[in-house]
This record gives sequence, structure tokens and C-alpha cells, in this order.
Amino acid sequence: MSIPTHLKYTKSHEWVRLEDDGTVTIGVTDHAQELLGDMVFVELPQVGRKLKQKEECAVAESVKAAADVYSPLAGEVIAVNSDLESAPEKINQDAHSAWLFKLKPANLSDLDSLLDAASYEELLEKEEH
Amino acid sequence: MLKMTPLNQTHRNMNAKMVDFGGWDMPLHYGSQLDEHHKVRSDAGMFDVSHMLPIDIKGNKVRDFLRQLVANNVDKLTLPGKALYSCMLTPQAGIIDDLIIYYLSETWFRIVVNAGTADKDTAWILAKRDEIAPELEITPRRDLAMIAVQGPNARAKVWQVIPGAQAATEDLKLFQSTVLDQYFIARTGYTGEDGFEIILPAEDAPSFWTTLHAAGVAPAGLGARDTLRLEAGMNLYGQDMDETTSPLVSGLAWTVDLKSERDFIGKQALLDNPVTQQLVGLVLQDRGVLRSHQKVIAQKDNKEYEGEITSGGFSPTINKSIALARLPSQISVGDEVDVLVRDKKLRAKVVKYPFVRNGNVLI
Repeated sequence: MSIPTHLKYTKSHEWVRLEDDGTVTIGVTDHAQELLGDMVFVELPQVGRKLKQKEECAVAESVKAAADVYSPLAGEVIAVNSDLESAPEKINQDAHSAWLFKLKPANLSDLDSLLDAASYEELLEKEEH
Repeated sequence: MLKMTPLNQTHRNMNAKMVDFGGWDMPLHYGSQLDEHHKVRSDAGMFDVSHMLPIDIKGNKVRDFLRQLVANNVDKLTLPGKALYSCMLTPQAGIIDDLIIYYLSETWFRIVVNAGTADKDTAWILAKRDEIAPELEITPRRDLAMIAVQGPNARAKVWQVIPGAQAATEDLKLFQSTVLDQYFIARTGYTGEDGFEIILPAEDAPSFWTTLHAAGVAPAGLGARDTLRLEAGMNLYGQDMDETTSPLVSGLAWTVDLKSERDFIGKQALLDNPVTQQLVGLVLQDRGVLRSHQKVIAQKDNKEYEGEITSGGFSPTINKSIALARLPSQISVGDEVDVLVRDKKLRAKVVKYPFVRNGNVLI
């Protein structure tokens, strides 16, 4: 399982990447895709939708179960990865390149409330036991 | 402490993702459930189904006992080796379990029951034996393992690895079985594909599994087993039926013999109660995934009807979501219904199932 150090993480298993232009890119973690198994359906938010932090905004469904995706930060949806609608298996192939949506954050300080790679790894270890 | 089949270590050696399945530590998949599904539809896959329980019933007049015990009619079993699918009912006609009965001889029948119900079934059968036929000898066979080899090439692969198997089994028709050395080989399964279910001594299971693997049979987990059986329109006990539902509302009227004079447990309740529901197939027209327990709403002739999905999922062969649902009898094939998925209503079409058989899409 891969937990890159340049990303931030949530307890609900999303990853967040801060881009140079101040926007953020969001996906589900490698751990989440491993747990869910083969992905078969993704529902993405509308571009332009304003999200609160931790708001339910997307769904990732595998052969096994449906998982809600929560927005790690407050902000406006500025892009969605609609390739995933026809090829949800890309999440299994590489969870970190198969992003779900991009946000223009309302408060970049929301980032401070997220986990770094080490804390996320620690969380997963705890969940194992 | 989870129960383990004789193949537990073998699964772990093959990097299986293990899950707790009704108290059994079982493989969910060995990497990709979808790949395993496709391998069974196109070539050959194998499942460890040793958590299921063979029960041997021996003695004089086993047939008389089974005539009363199950809803299907064992008098259909005339040729040794022939198998019969049936429900075992409560006096109220609820389904205690669905099972396969193999007729080996007039003094030896073998039934195979589900894992989750095995203890309950054994207790029920022993109690009925004591009432009806105390002289019968009933033996649960936890000393045996069971491996299902399924797919268009499954039989040929088994013939490669068991000496003499081709000669012994190539004339078997569907739902027939034979005994060859330590192997009990039946042309049955739970995938909608050709293949065998093979019962063998527990200690022989790991080497048999490994030999099949070397011959190109892909290991497949419970995940693929579930999507394959759903496409094949085969019921899962505990989901599509249980002790609160009768076979007549579970798509299993064809397994109930109400024509003969024979009395069996649950018969009177079946005759007394009108059938107001049915099990149907659904194919989702919108994007999304149908899951068990989702509510179904149907409008027909200015009336609203409600039902529930009993098994739902994504069909890898059709590339759409499909389901089995219990709906009021007024709804018919071709109707469109709404399914409540989270906060949305998704459109689905009522179809006749099975959805897939022998690699072909039927809907």
C-alpha cells in the first residue's frame, strides 16, 4: 500500500493535494480502494457546487459496497474527473492519479486540520487492530 | 475463533483476501473479483466450498424419510447418481434451507446444505429422523472437503488432473454424479456455467487444489461466487429467502411438488396461503448500483406497489447493475419501477431471470 508524503489525508480515507495555483485535488486513498475492491461506479459532484468541509459530495462503489466521499475542505468544485464514470477501475490501478474532483478552497487553513502521511499511516495501523 | 476449511493455509499462500463469512474464515478474492468472475465465464475457475456440509443418510427406507422432509419429490430420483435441488420447509412453509440431494442407492442418499445453516439443519434433520424414521443413520461429514470447478473448460481441466475421470464422468448429464476412487464428482454448480462440484477427503484437498491451479484453473473467491450466482439467477439463502418466506414467493415454485399425493412438512401451509408476491429480475436503466434491501416502488393501473431488492450488484458480464427483488404479484415482466438508492429514485426494468447462462447474456 502506498501513502505518498506530499499528500494530506482524512480519517474518512480521502487524499488531498495542494496545487501551485492554490486549488486542491481530491481522491480516495490507496487503502480505501484496497478495502473496497474492484470499483464499478463513481458519482461525482456538479462543477460549481459549493461544499462545506466534511460534506458528502461523491460516491465510490465497488463490487462489494458503496462508500461516501466527503469533501476534506470547504470550497467550490471547479473540475471533476469524468473519465472515471466510464472507467472506475482507474482508481484500483492508481488511486493517486485517479483524482475525483478539484476545489477552490474557501479557507486554505482547512488543510491544517488534515493528517500528514505519518499520522494517516498510524490511523490505518490502529484500524487494523 | 473463526472456523477454517482444509484449504485455509492454501488460500493464504495464494495471497487471498480473507473475510469472516458466517463464522468461517473464507477467501473473498485473490486480487481481483472481476478477473475471477470473467475467468469462470470464459475458461475455468475453482471455489473452496468446504464450508458447506455434506450429510449422509443411510439405512432402509431413506427415500420414505426424504419424501416427508423436503418440498421437492425425491421420487424424481430414479437413476443412481442423480441430484435434486429442493427446499426444506418449516410446518409454516418457511424455508429452513435450500439443498441438493444426491441419490447414491436406496440405502444411501447424500444431501449438501449451506454453511450458515448447517447446525440448524442437522438438528432439524436429526429431530425429524427421531420422529419419523429412528432406524436411519445420519452422519454430518466434516471430514470431507468440497471444491467447485466451474467454467466452459472446467470439465476438461478436471479430466487432465484426475486419472480416469474423463471415462467416468464424460457421459454425466447436468445434475448427475458418480463416485471415482476417493472423489465424489457431480455435474452441478452455482455459477450458471458447466463444471463439477467435487467432494473429497479433507487431507487430499490442498494437493488437489494446487494441481488444478497448475493445470490453469484460476482460484476464485466468495466475491465472484456471489456475482456469478446473481447473474445466473440463483437464490442465496438468508438474502433471497429465509424462514419467513416460502418457496412460492422466492422464485422456487418449480422445486415444489404439490401434484403428488405425498405429504411433506410445509405442504398444508403452502396450499392454505394465497401467493401475493413473486421474485423478479431487475436491470438498472440509470447509472448506479442496486443493493439488497433497497426499496422498490412501482406504479401500475393508478396504484402504487412496494417491494424490496433481495440481492443486487454489478453484473460484470452485462456491465450493468442487476438485482433480484420481491415484488407484489401485480407487477409483470416489462414493467418499469423506481428503486430508492440513497436520496434518489433510479429507473429499473423488470425482467425474466436468469440474466446470464453458459456465457450468454439472456436479457
